[in-house]
Amino acid sequence: MKRVYVNEEWCLGCRLCEYWCVFSASGEKHFPFAFDGGAKPPAGIRVESAGGINFAVNCRHCDDPLCMKSCISGALSRDDHGAIRIDKAKCVGCHTCIAMCPYGCIVSGGESMPIKKCQLCASRDYTPQCVSHCPAGAIVFEEE
Amino acid sequence: MIDYIQPDYEVVRNKDLCIKCKVCVRQCANEVHVYDEKRDVLFADNSKCVNCHRCVTLCPAKALKIVKTDHCFKPSANYTKEIIYDIYRQADTGGVLLSSMGTPKDYPVYWDKILINASQVTNPSIDPLREPMEIKTFLGRKPEKIEYAADGSIKTEKYPNLELKTPIMFSAMSYGSISKNAHMCLARAAEELGTFYNTGEGGLHEDLYKYSPNTIVQVASGRFGVHADYLEAGQAIEIKIGQGAKPGIGGHLPGQKIGPDVSRTRMIPMGADAISPAPHHDIYSIEDLRQLVFSLKEATDYKKPIIVKIAAVHNIAAIASGIARSGADVIAIDGMRGGTGAAPSRIRDNVGIPIELALASVDSRLREEGIRNNVGIVVGGSIRSSADVVKAIALGADAVYIATPALLALGCHLCRSCHSGKCNWGIATQSPELVRRLNPDIGYKRLVNLVTAWSHEIMEMMGGMGINSIEALRGNRLMLRGIGLSQKELDILGIGHAGE
Amino acid sequence: MKYIIIGNGVSSVGAIEAIRKNDKTGSITVFTDEKFPCYGRPLISYYLEGKTSTDKMSYRGGNFYKDNNVTLKLGAAITKIDPTSKTVTAGGKEYAYGKLLVATGSSPFVPPTPGYDRVKNKFTFIRLSDALAIEKHVGADKRALIIGAGLTGLKCAEGLYGRVGKITVVDMADRVLPAVTDSDASGIVRAHLESKGMEFFLSDSVAEYEENAAVLKSGRRIEFDILITSVGVRPNVSLVADAGGAVEIPTETGRPIRGIVVDETQLTTLPDVYAAGDCTLSYDVTVGCARMLALQPNAYLQGETAGNAMSGGVTFRRDYLPVNAGGFLGLHMITAGSYVGDAITANADGAFRRFFVKDDRLTGFILIGGYDRAGILTDMIRKRTPVSNVDFEEMIKQPALGALGMDYVRAVLGK
Repeated sequence: MKRVYVNEEWCLGCRLCEYWCVFSASGEKHFPFAFDGGAKPPAGIRVESAGGINFAVNCRHCDDPLCMKSCISGALSRDDHGAIRIDKAKCVGCHTCIAMCPYGCIVSGGESMPIKKCQLCASRDYTPQCVSHCPAGAIVFEEE
Repeated sequence: MIDYIQPDYEVVRNKDLCIKCKVCVRQCANEVHVYDEKRDVLFADNSKCVNCHRCVTLCPAKALKIVKTDHCFKPSANYTKEIIYDIYRQADTGGVLLSSMGTPKDYPVYWDKILINASQVTNPSIDPLREPMEIKTFLGRKPEKIEYAADGSIKTEKYPNLELKTPIMFSAMSYGSISKNAHMCLARAAEELGTFYNTGEGGLHEDLYKYSPNTIVQVASGRFGVHADYLEAGQAIEIKIGQGAKPGIGGHLPGQKIGPDVSRTRMIPMGADAISPAPHHDIYSIEDLRQLVFSLKEATDYKKPIIVKIAAVHNIAAIASGIARSGADVIAIDGMRGGTGAAPSRIRDNVGIPIELALASVDSRLREEGIRNNVGIVVGGSIRSSADVVKAIALGADAVYIATPALLALGCHLCRSCHSGKCNWGIATQSPELVRRLNPDIGYKRLVNLVTAWSHEIMEMMGGMGINSIEALRGNRLMLRGIGLSQKELDILGIGHAGE
Repeated sequence: MKYIIIGNGVSSVGAIEAIRKNDKTGSITVFTDEKFPCYGRPLISYYLEGKTSTDKMSYRGGNFYKDNNVTLKLGAAITKIDPTSKTVTAGGKEYAYGKLLVATGSSPFVPPTPGYDRVKNKFTFIRLSDALAIEKHVGADKRALIIGAGLTGLKCAEGLYGRVGKITVVDMADRVLPAVTDSDASGIVRAHLESKGMEFFLSDSVAEYEENAAVLKSGRRIEFDILITSVGVRPNVSLVADAGGAVEIPTETGRPIRGIVVDETQLTTLPDVYAAGDCTLSYDVTVGCARMLALQPNAYLQGETAGNAMSGGVTFRRDYLPVNAGGFLGLHMITAGSYVGDAITANADGAFRRFFVKDDRLTGFILIGGYDRAGILTDMIRKRTPVSNVDFEEMIKQPALGALGMDYVRAVLGK
């Protein structure tokens, strides 16, 4: 399946991906509107910096998804594109998935959205916004 | 101490749009943007802003713009703000003023005073999308005539030529003045375009030898990074005598830009200033030049054309005539509006002549002397568009060198602060953090796009003139007319006035 | 192949999903004594709390059994396994199996207490039917007494909060959540719940019940309208035990640990009989021995492993450990592993963060409030990652992949 990969060689640590991710998840049409309610990253992607190296981390949509297999409510499932998706109505916000994700790619989403994670921008035609807006071409959406 | 210098630019932040993502803070190497955690406020220190637009371009909320300050002195056409500040700066430091890129001064741009012809009714125009259109260019010495042996084979000696799919090459920019990634972009683009890039005087990084088939190597007065393999790596060797932005001046790459890679490539110690002398100390005459030309030919088995690059200065025609007789295969002429990574401001802004005049007078002179075929002519120093290319070729050039447009394609915003070494676009810098900002995978494609677009436009304009081969455009000054030019200027350019 | 699965919890679903990956045609029959298709059992407290509803609780979509061509027999308890004839008995009728999965789960343990029979509104808290029954008795004037301050007891308390007038919790242990906290963490949770008006009587237990009151060993008398006993669960092992399978392992203390004994493919000691979930014993990597880990994530993984083994698929290597996540009225926590070795505390921004390290390995952690990216820590425990290979100082401040080294980052994030 196509996954989001980050080439640390080009990642600038600018964190624009995080903001575009928040925008994407917000469903808003205009970028600044996604943030006027105080929304902040991280969402589905997060930039880490270690020893002068930057890299963004997001859901691997694992072949063996511990989050999905651990979900107590069945709110996580894999869709036809291979993306692990959240069913907001079913999620009760227990955060077992946060405790299980080996890559730390699921975050608490506050009251309105119990968790947030990369859903490969399914609501934007599976066009990951982090990839589209990476100024350095460091984030790509490619087959394995 | 009083700080006499007030900011030239002001950063304007639209607070309604700003989402405080702080990308501006993270991306400004000049540390203009500061986030104050306690006040939850973003602040801009205008005095540090070089107006490079990195923050403006990356701001996802489009909340930033940079405006020219309206802070002013009492108006004077003579003592302008720029003049006054230069005096303040020199009074502060006692130093020579440095600048980067081409001169911003308002010298005439002759390209913009020359108009191109098109066919109407007679001599019909040609549609390049439907009919063949040749812009392939051979660069180098051409035989005077072709002689055949009895068996019909060509007897004439053929000289080494560069074969260009389009008459546009990337000018010399040294590794050191620009980043390795920038060099990588140029090399890869040249490869894909079927043209050449030029190493400049900083040697050739080991990772770039694989682009040898599209490389011109330069030998300059400092001889940095010149060795046998380097010469072999070039398809042509360029002897750099002068540069349009700083004729008569050498180069100075500050020690802090000489990191491990630059040091190895240039073959000089780390941290040592790289000083290129003003002259080649072994060239004090055309005869001396001839010796170097033939030394390089000898070293490379007479297989590579030798280019001699000079700055456009007074008496350029006579100088070019000498070079054409020195054994050089190509003369590259660099006009005064050309760019630079660093030059003394006064030199950049006051020395040299525009490339249009230099080209016209050189081409005319070589034709008059019957030695035009001895050499190819390449011009650079502010070729800004395909129209400039067409005009240059019609004035007599075989091909052009572009540098500033190439850097613009790579993201340069002409902030003219290359000499600071803190290029926010990862071009004119050696800081690994900044160099990383220029991804060659993206950069080279943008260069390919640019030159491809220009090539299409050149073909369109040629077609309009009813010309289907670049050979037929070269030196075809009948295709040009001046507008708003004096008779003297028209005479030098060798063109009529519009309406004639 | 004929597959029979006893139980319809998440182990059962895990097994079905695994079997159907490997075997599209074999018949699968699920027997359960429950009346509902699979739901996540921990959801019942969220149901009481109003965070979910019966229509949203279905663990898989409504067509799950149909889509997977599974025959689901609700309200059909299996009474016997005959491993020799390879049959099970339900309702007096025998059903033949090729491979059998026992996913019978666990049952709440109710300590024998004088007077318990007299109590009218008494419940346990493990099934949806329990929550639905309790719901019928809630009201602003009602008093709930919960016996047991473990995870289930306190989640029940959270579920009832706001739906009854008074909540009292009694536990024999000297602190709340004894299994998943240390005394400091426990104190935080208790103080939080007390601030919400709940009352706790610890180091105490019920001596005797009256119809609407409990008399504690300490002599205190607590009146209630609803009694919920939630002191723990016992694995449902009788079917396997009766069939001759091993259902306990000895320990040094002499008191055996009960649970169906399985190998790494979830195979019991009986041929072609597998077991998964709460009814089994799991090898806990954090203590290095088998124990009962009645946790839903483990149940799914074990069911999946069994399903793969039963249908000839590839089984993932699984390392089990206790992991618990959840909140108590706004106080969210994630805990994992065992609390042995040196305790390292790295509290920050009002969050309680404690880590336990033994023999250069992270063995457990308790995070209350700040648990961003806790899964990275869980993975460290699971993989037995040497602490000395990790930038542990950074890791306990904020778990990050970078702290595990760039080689690791490239291995997991690269193509």
